[in-house]
Amino acid sequence: MSALPAFTNAPAENTELDLTGIRADFPILRQRIHGKPLVYLDNAASVQKPKVVIDAISECYSSYYANIHRGVHLLSERSTMAYERTREKVRAFLNAASIQEIIFTRGTTESINLVASSFGGSTVKAGDEIVITGMEHHSNIVPWQLLCERTGAILKPAPFTDAGELILEEYERLLNSGRVKLAAFVHISNALGTINPVKTMVDLARARGIPTLIDGAQSVAHLTVDVRDLDCDFYAFSGHKIYGPSGVGVLYGKQSLLEAMPPYQGGGDMISLVTFEKTEYADLPNKFEAGTPNIAGVIGLGAALDWLSALGLDTVAAHERLLLDYATAQLLEIPGLSIMGTAQQKAALVAFTLQGIHPHDIGTILDREGVAIRAGHHCAQPVMQRYGVPATARASFAVYNTRDEVDALVKALWKVKELFA
Amino acid sequence: MNDLRDLYQEVILDHNKRPRNFRVLPQPTHHADGVNPLCGDRVSVFLDIEEGVIRDISFQGAGCAISSASASLMTEALKGKPVNEIEHLFEAFHTVVTSNAECPKGLGKLSVLAGVRDYPSRVKCATLAWHAVRAALEQHKQPVATE
Repeated sequence: MSALPAFTNAPAENTELDLTGIRADFPILRQRIHGKPLVYLDNAASVQKPKVVIDAISECYSSYYANIHRGVHLLSERSTMAYERTREKVRAFLNAASIQEIIFTRGTTESINLVASSFGGSTVKAGDEIVITGMEHHSNIVPWQLLCERTGAILKPAPFTDAGELILEEYERLLNSGRVKLAAFVHISNALGTINPVKTMVDLARARGIPTLIDGAQSVAHLTVDVRDLDCDFYAFSGHKIYGPSGVGVLYGKQSLLEAMPPYQGGGDMISLVTFEKTEYADLPNKFEAGTPNIAGVIGLGAALDWLSALGLDTVAAHERLLLDYATAQLLEIPGLSIMGTAQQKAALVAFTLQGIHPHDIGTILDREGVAIRAGHHCAQPVMQRYGVPATARASFAVYNTRDEVDALVKALWKVKELFA
Repeated sequence: MNDLRDLYQEVILDHNKRPRNFRVLPQPTHHADGVNPLCGDRVSVFLDIEEGVIRDISFQGAGCAISSASASLMTEALKGKPVNEIEHLFEAFHTVVTSNAECPKGLGKLSVLAGVRDYPSRVKCATLAWHAVRAALEQHKQPVATE
């Protein structure tokens, strides 16, 4: 590992990030698993948390926690301020036009369900169509299937190539039916690593007057997202995949759409006046935040965004690109190993199979070597069906991962082969 | 790698590589599918039961070494057994893969799966085929899940 200082602005190529400082921010990375140093390569499932995030949550609970938006006492005011400051941080992070466009949810899944229920429920009718892609996570399939069951609408998945790249012509063809009410697609595929051409996909939909939703669960921690530049109508992501806590997420929505949409859930904090005859709903964003939210979680998410922004997403992306290239080259040296997902534009994850060895067995054996990966269908069973495999093993990288950890992965995979020889 | 060898014993690796009774019975009296929602693994079991005795038993499916070997070993263990012994055998097997209790007697080769007890996330792999057999006896129409 070269000793260049962190946060350098030097050209990314051939420059290695000094990871000592970054890794020191993550208490969990110091431990050993089964006597071996932890090599955490399951970041696409959930990423580990820097100490500033853990501390922010702890500080909230230990020094100023109270319910928000309702108390006149000091603690409630302080909690409300910290909570709302995060909303502004998210707005800036996504370059949204207004904080009214930032809705806090439990995660990407709830964000998508919110849109399916509220926007979908009020605009989608029998015979209408929802266009998705064939590489969606279940969370961007099932909410639409539920909507289709309720309304009689039809779900249309756009196919992708063997390399894992969306076939844009097919996507465009699906948009041309005249019945499409929404195009909802994943930014980065969790099962393949493919970075979809989302700006083009939004443009193609917009040209036909079709609103768009982007599932950004896998993207926000790895590349810069600018919702105004993308011009998408909705963008969803989760806190736990961007170095923040689990149980908190974000839905960005264009103000005009959010204003026209009915509430998702009813309850406290989302109303302006309730009588038994009629309820007037609160203005944005509170209209979509019924009940006491995950206050400390939102505050933790704010700390995570600060941490990531200080590091810089360009720095993150450059480092992860190096890791991806190195890991890809090293893994392909292993006989019988096939990589699933070889798109030109790809995020730092490698899904693979080893001939004759089931991914679950790979996962168990790697774990004994301290290497944590994901083995299974990755909540993307249609992708597995597309390739005719029941499951894959997946190593997914975060900014704190090192080349040495790639080497540890490769070494452990040789042990797998040895055991199954 | 010693502890991994406790899990992946030679018998298991052998049954994974060359699963026994790995075929479809043409006219089974009982049949069911088992799925493990965690990993998407599937196993189909086929039984030919005559006068309360398992005359033939087979399985098909794609799974990890533990689930394949367990299914294979199970078919060997159950072939020729009276149906009313299955439940007892399953209970003994379940004990072996989930607790630190001493191996119950009479399990024969099935006890090679005892190493699974140290890998809680893999217990469902080892029991999938057994759940399918129990479902087949109860004539479930829907695939039985380990969850």
